[in-house]
Amino acid sequence: MSTLSITPDLIAQHQLTAGEYRKIVAILGREPSYTELGIFSVMWSEHCSYKSSRLHLKKLPTRGKLVVQGPGENAGIIDIGGGYVIAFKIESHNHPSFIEPFQGAATGSGGILRDIFTMGARPIAVLDSLRFGRLDDPRTGARNRRILSGVVAGIAHYGNCFGVPTVGGECIFEPCYDGNPLVNVFALGICRKEDVFYAKAAGIGNPVIYVGARTGRDGIHGASMASAEFTEESKQKRPNVQVGDPFLEKLLLEACLEAMQTGAIVGIQDMGAAGLTCSTCEMGSRGEVGIEIELDKVPQRATGMTPYEIMLSESQERMLLVAASGREQEVYQVFRKWGLEAVEIGKVTGDGRLRVRHHGEVVAEIPNRELADEAPLYDRPHTAPPSAPLAPPADWIRPPIAAALPRLLAAPDICSKRWIWEQYDYQVRTNTIAGPARADAAILRIKETGGSIALSLDGNGRYSYLSPREGAQLAVAECCRNLSTVGAQPVAATNCLNFGNPERPEIMAQLVEAIEGMADACRFFDTPITGGNVSLYNETLGEGIYPTPVMGIVGLMKIAAPLTIPFANAGRAVVLLGGIGACDDLRFGSTEYAKEIAGSLWGLPPALDLDREKRVQEAMRQVAAEGLAESAHDLSDGGLAVALAECCFGSGRIGAQIDLDSDLRPEILLFHEGPSRILVSTSNPKAVLSIAEQHGAEAIVIGVTVENGLEVRQRGNTLGAWEIAALHPAYENALMG
Amino acid sequence: MKFGVIVFPGSNCDHDAFYAASQNLGQPTEYIWHDSRSLGSVDAVILPGGFAYGDYLRCGAIARFSPVMQAVQRFAAEGGLVLGICNGFQILVEAGLLPGALIRNRGLKFICRELRLGVTTSDSPFTCAMRQGQVLRLPIAHGEGCYFAEPRTLDELEAEDRVALRYLDNPNGSLRDIAGILNPGRNVMGMMPHPERAADPLMGSADGLGVFHSLMMAVAHPAPPAEAVRP
Repeated sequence: MSTLSITPDLIAQHQLTAGEYRKIVAILGREPSYTELGIFSVMWSEHCSYKSSRLHLKKLPTRGKLVVQGPGENAGIIDIGGGYVIAFKIESHNHPSFIEPFQGAATGSGGILRDIFTMGARPIAVLDSLRFGRLDDPRTGARNRRILSGVVAGIAHYGNCFGVPTVGGECIFEPCYDGNPLVNVFALGICRKEDVFYAKAAGIGNPVIYVGARTGRDGIHGASMASAEFTEESKQKRPNVQVGDPFLEKLLLEACLEAMQTGAIVGIQDMGAAGLTCSTCEMGSRGEVGIEIELDKVPQRATGMTPYEIMLSESQERMLLVAASGREQEVYQVFRKWGLEAVEIGKVTGDGRLRVRHHGEVVAEIPNRELADEAPLYDRPHTAPPSAPLAPPADWIRPPIAAALPRLLAAPDICSKRWIWEQYDYQVRTNTIAGPARADAAILRIKETGGSIALSLDGNGRYSYLSPREGAQLAVAECCRNLSTVGAQPVAATNCLNFGNPERPEIMAQLVEAIEGMADACRFFDTPITGGNVSLYNETLGEGIYPTPVMGIVGLMKIAAPLTIPFANAGRAVVLLGGIGACDDLRFGSTEYAKEIAGSLWGLPPALDLDREKRVQEAMRQVAAEGLAESAHDLSDGGLAVALAECCFGSGRIGAQIDLDSDLRPEILLFHEGPSRILVSTSNPKAVLSIAEQHGAEAIVIGVTVENGLEVRQRGNTLGAWEIAALHPAYENALMG
Repeated sequence: MKFGVIVFPGSNCDHDAFYAASQNLGQPTEYIWHDSRSLGSVDAVILPGGFAYGDYLRCGAIARFSPVMQAVQRFAAEGGLVLGICNGFQILVEAGLLPGALIRNRGLKFICRELRLGVTTSDSPFTCAMRQGQVLRLPIAHGEGCYFAEPRTLDELEAEDRVALRYLDNPNGSLRDIAGILNPGRNVMGMMPHPERAADPLMGSADGLGVFHSLMMAVAHPAPPAEAVRP
């Protein structure tokens, strides 16, 4: 083995602590080689090992009657009936996207798509959850625009070429994401129940086959980079970002799905973070076998690569598979048909070890299980959450109230994201019943079963910053509400936990609180978490992001024309399911009004009553199922007034005349963001109210749709009257206009 | 009638064209692999959308050299019906079966959008089931869909009634709002919008069926040579 001496400096460079190094020595019974040190450092990085979060992730509910595969595989799987399952997961690619927005985001999409088809499922949908610094910031705005443009182009480039529709998502702007944008990509695929593949090696003597792109020096230590804060030197890490080739991935998809049909594949895993290292030791560990590989056989695109570089490369579009001995040719034949390289690089062994040879000489030999599953586990200190919320500033009310609505509609978090989603092919594969911004959730038909599924992503950093526990619960509630609003029953979830440095107790506290809140809410809504991703160290120069837990929830529904957002006809009753709700000054501090109009953040997130939320959603689903609603839209950022305006942005001809019977202060009445509320337009308000009553949910008729204009009154006093033609352009053109 | 859908490496609307022809129209349909030397016994062949060969070098520039393109050339020369959709249009242009070029969209960005198109001529096997002037709602999804040609070529296309579809709200800067064109024999059409994505009201529009119905009508009742029916 290599004789390069392992110094404390070298250990520190690999982001391993002295204690972790001692554990490595204990596992090996000797000092590691340089290559082994590299292998341990990536497998035990935060990104791969979840060493700070694992203890708390166990609190999440992961089982349910539809769950076929929970966390621990490349993606979670649920049964959607008719002999089919869907595989889905969300992944972050935050750090690479800051360093190189286009390729960082593109390879993030590539990675999550591979996670899906590795399981035998054909990807049929992508959604993205994005966070950037403010575009109008005089100091950082230009850079933030460049990052936004690059990230969107990267996701578009990869998904459009690969042939998966990007059907929805969300995008929020806050100064805390200036130096640390968040790029979370959700992907979902479908496959027959009996065709699911697992990333498990088995069968001693079976060949280990490498397929796809050649290995280069790109992305070495990407996983470790994703496990550290950013400093001024991070720019030099640009070579750590990989370069994606969606065309190659498309070929890999088709070839893998075809090869899986031969029956000659035993197990398969993509090479993502930590590349060849992760795929070999995880497949071996899951199958409780060993894997021996010879690096000379690994296809390489650079010359003179060292074992260290080959094992740690994160070159994209590569897969590792184990085939049944004697049936290799069937596999090779398929990959040849698609013009892809497939070579045997090793064998499955019975000794439970990852043995790596280079020119015949053993350069690494590590027990698989200890490497993959016995990574350090930390119970990091976490302080109690801060007790006293900030009080509102004295001057938070900024009249005139009627002027606030157009300003909010043009606010970056609320305005139309058409500039983003029109760059995504949201229709390819012709399953998109409701694409971006048409309805509260994206809806796809499932041709194979005759049913359909609805998808929603949600997270709110401001809410979570003020109360991580409530923020996470609100994200779960909003996702479920989005699904219920289109008539879908929420059934399973995935999460992406974006936080700062877990070694700081106040950050760790945010993480623990958010996980616990999410666990409670997911249990309550019966949406088990089938997998996900944790992204920590989202800090630049010591500035952490808002804690940003993002939820992705999937719902099931019958196939039908979608229940969309805009009012469709004049003369319909406007029903507010869930009622006007309650909110005080303190709970108003997290709203878009507080952010955009008052320019401040205080207090607490909106209060969530889970029982009430559930009753409203149940009522909504029944209203949808009985075909009573002509339009439906939940109240979210910007509250009632913004939701009403959005309902007027269909043909632009149908508005509403609203009168609210409430004691609330007008600003709170119009703009509070209390959850559990949905706007429905209907020609049969009596039936809608009666369904609400059956479910114990509040519901009131607040007005009627009219031919033009939006007018909102409070007990007869006009709070605002707006021409739709005056509101709509501000909303449409604000983002990059 | 029998449809053939060509599969290039990187085609990604092949499934969609196949589904529209076989399910929405109920016609026998088969895939044709890019290294095939013959198209078999199809009545019409579709070059689907996607990113054939990754669209590396230039959209369609590599695909035109695929073995199957020789078969397509022969098929077209013999009067066979060839429909290129999106990337398929780009390939037909690169292959010289249609004039002009498709260049980067005016705004330099990929655009996915449903928009309005006008049927410019009903005198073709691809548009004969529609009225001239009929307005269709069809989606586009492309980064390189700006139709470009020399003024002389554009004049010729118009003079010979070979502009099949025009954008009513031109999204990409295409010259003279051209969204779809015919070859001189009127048996080859390229169009940037996706009719296969608008083949079911559930998908937001079924106007794309007009193109497919035209093909079926043309195959069922072959027209006499084009010169004979034009004034």
